[in-house]
Amino acid sequence: LDAEFALRFANFRPYILNSQNMGIALEVNGRNIEAEQGETLLSALNRHGIQVPTICSMKDLSPSGACRMCVVEVEGRDNLVPACSFPIDGPMKILTHSPRVLRARKTNVELLLSNHPDDCLYCERNGSCELQSLSEDLNIRERRIPGKRSPHKIDKSSPAIVRDPAKCILCGRCVRICEEIMSTCSFDFAFRGNELRIATTLGKPLNYSNCTSCGQCLIACPTGALIEHVQFPELEARIHAPDTLVVAQYSPAAAIAVAEQLGMRPGTDLGGMIAAVLRRYGFDFVFESAFGSDLLMVEQTEIFKERMKEERDFPLLTSSCPAWVHFIEQYYPELLSELSPLKSPHQMTGALIREWLPSLLDSGKKEIVSVLITSCTAAKTEARKVEMTRGGMPVIDLVLTTRELGRMIKLSGLDLEQLEPEPPDAPFFSTASAGKLTGVAGGEAEATVRTLYHRATGKEIPPSKLHRFRIHKSIRTMTVKAGQREIRMGTVSGLSHAVALLEEIKSGKRKLDLLEVMACPGGCINGGGQPIPVDEALIRTRTKAIYELDNSSSLHTAHGSPALQKCYHDYLVEPGGKLSLDLLHTTFTKREVLL
Amino acid sequence: MPSGASIMPSRSSGKQGSWVIIFWIADIICRFLCARVRVPLSCGEETALIASLEGRRGMPSSKPPYPASSGYLGRPTVVNNVETLSNLPAIVREGPEWYRGIGAAGCPGTKIFSVSGRVNMSGLVEVPMGTTFDTIVNDILGGVKKGRSLKALHIGGPTGCMLPVDLMDVPVTYEALKEKGLIMGSGGVLVMDDRTCVVNTVSYFMEYVDKQSCGKCIPCREGTRRMAEILGGITRKPDDEEGHTTLERFKGVMQLESLAEVMKDTSLCGLGQNAPNPVLSTLKYFRNEYEEHIFNRKCPSNSCTELRSWYIDVEMCTGCSICAKRCPSEAIIGTARHPYFIVQEKCIGCGICFEVCKFSAVYFK
Repeated sequence: LDAEFALRFANFRPYILNSQNMGIALEVNGRNIEAEQGETLLSALNRHGIQVPTICSMKDLSPSGACRMCVVEVEGRDNLVPACSFPIDGPMKILTHSPRVLRARKTNVELLLSNHPDDCLYCERNGSCELQSLSEDLNIRERRIPGKRSPHKIDKSSPAIVRDPAKCILCGRCVRICEEIMSTCSFDFAFRGNELRIATTLGKPLNYSNCTSCGQCLIACPTGALIEHVQFPELEARIHAPDTLVVAQYSPAAAIAVAEQLGMRPGTDLGGMIAAVLRRYGFDFVFESAFGSDLLMVEQTEIFKERMKEERDFPLLTSSCPAWVHFIEQYYPELLSELSPLKSPHQMTGALIREWLPSLLDSGKKEIVSVLITSCTAAKTEARKVEMTRGGMPVIDLVLTTRELGRMIKLSGLDLEQLEPEPPDAPFFSTASAGKLTGVAGGEAEATVRTLYHRATGKEIPPSKLHRFRIHKSIRTMTVKAGQREIRMGTVSGLSHAVALLEEIKSGKRKLDLLEVMACPGGCINGGGQPIPVDEALIRTRTKAIYELDNSSSLHTAHGSPALQKCYHDYLVEPGGKLSLDLLHTTFTKREVLL
Repeated sequence: MPSGASIMPSRSSGKQGSWVIIFWIADIICRFLCARVRVPLSCGEETALIASLEGRRGMPSSKPPYPASSGYLGRPTVVNNVETLSNLPAIVREGPEWYRGIGAAGCPGTKIFSVSGRVNMSGLVEVPMGTTFDTIVNDILGGVKKGRSLKALHIGGPTGCMLPVDLMDVPVTYEALKEKGLIMGSGGVLVMDDRTCVVNTVSYFMEYVDKQSCGKCIPCREGTRRMAEILGGITRKPDDEEGHTTLERFKGVMQLESLAEVMKDTSLCGLGQNAPNPVLSTLKYFRNEYEEHIFNRKCPSNSCTELRSWYIDVEMCTGCSICAKRCPSEAIIGTARHPYFIVQEKCIGCGICFEVCKFSAVYFK
């Protein structure tokens, strides 16, 4: 994979190496601006407040130059040049909004629209579509270029992702994010000319492919060509059915990000609001997935302690991220024994809702509909996995994303300003902030180490001791002394970074004891089900909000949570006990897929 | 690799020029590797060809960086045509002065043209630079068939330009062609006489380029397709001449020129930038043919089959009814053993009646 990356970036390397901070004067639209040697024209223009529209370009991805939206006029060049992939190599005279440039941009958007369905009103991405806003910005008011549209079939085969190639504008963002950030390579271009399309291996449906359902492509997609498998209508059908108990659990990352979907200040925690809204919407119980996270920390500590006795070379890999589990089952089946054999937090909560909750209620035998509200699209696929079923039925019936939650809140017609936050229901709630930390990359490792420290020394670790672990980097490692032993913990987010780190560990360059892996860059707060659009600043805001929850909390450790202690006292008996093995542990299998 | 193969004989020929020594050293320190790639037209673009060689999808990438600074596997790469390389052995053997003596001033050497179409002799012609197209077609290849008149030359392959007959005395040099807004391109020459329809030919080229485009950038992928559709609409008869389709056709025609200009301006690689050349050059030199197709729905050279108006000769028709049975649009009416009649409003111009008629009673105007 590394060789492929090197290849892909090879074309741009000389310019990156040559970049010296030399001021180059550019004349843009008659005004002078300063630029650096070797940087792209687009970044120089953006820095000086000149907006050039783009579709195919994305931060952190290699420039493609396919959409030709960012073209600008450069004096001395016959053709227009794309700003996104044009390195500055000397003084230039540039026109960014000349009539010639505007006509070119407009015609190119019109060409895209000539092969695009006219169903904006019914589209999932109505309002957040980049093609829509671009045609609005360029003032396109009629279908000027007539033409036939390519015939396409919608692919609904995956439980998480729906692909509608008719809306695809072939910008290649999904291809690049899947290859460069997630190193999964589920998509690539196939065929050519007007037959060009994005396809999986051999053009098979998505459920046959090596897709991990992480959903990063949904966030990257500028149009509605890639959307989540919406289960909201199914929920509406079941929520008011008689004799059913509709139970929801929401994840901390969804509670943080849903504010953006509702037009509120990013980073506002709506956890209490969600409980209030969902109850009014018709849910009988509203629980927290963070309870499952607390369980996970405690169970993981037991597993880790057992493992430490064996003195293994390889670190214990966490298994709370469903996309990561899917990935490792496909690409590294030899490492499955290194995975912590635990379910994801929401599946743990789900299993307890199925098995323990009915005995707590005296309302007779009612059918339970278990709904998960999460930032994760892979959870939709995970819920359908055989390993996650009990008695042949899925433990979690419906999985809604944060975006679906946002729509549900809008549909409920409730004014959140006037609503009082309500606490989630017993027994599955979390007063400890440890569980909520799983929303960010590094949070699970941090919270696990807190419990580990307690188990090893009998004392609580001061939370600030682990704050050094919270830097904004994809790969982080830290050594903590717990009693006699040193725990080398690490976290990695983004599957391509995970692959790089795993190779390092395999070759013995790095030694770790505990490695938390999150498929999405930044962790669950940047999951595939989160509100669109998202950028790096927004991810930082969400991360900060989660850490803020932890900082302001009075109880930091999972093992201290009263709800958890009650659960062990009343039902599970002990971590790693018989019931825990049955309900909270799982197995992994090697997955054969077309690659 | 042709260069490697051609250098070897020059070394063994015994001529001890400085060039030979340079190539001899190059031969020792370089290893020539011949790779075969099966590529579409779009891989004529150097960056796409390099991508294909690297094992990636044959799609072009933005320039700069040019392959000369960062090409195959990130290393400096020179991409040359076979024609260029084939000149090397002769230059090495005879020396650069000899080579500069051939051809026109500022544009030395020879150029190979592949001439085909409505010409008496077709094939490859190598001429010194500066020769006129008139010499190539009329003097060397014997002109068009007897009784026909030369209408145009299409030079430079599917993405080339149409050269009208009054520009035949343009000398074959890069500067002279550029002055007239034409390009040398691949060196293909298609000779067209008065039986060839300019619009139909351009439409065919556009369909070809549409299929050969890699599809990466919007102007080339969508633009060639829409232009092919618009041109197809001009040269073909629609199912009904009424209302919407006619309006759409006119709407398309209105966009043709601006679409071509935007494609030329914004396409990523040479294929897309040159794809509108046939359209732009014919709009410049053969605008009247377009107008005839669009407004009168007639093809001046009668080669757009679907625009022909078919008639049945009352004298010749025996009333066998086979044409009426085979007509896909039920446009032929009549009673058996009496002459049949074609309803022009229903006729789609497919010409099946002409093919099936055993009595040569069907003709077109």
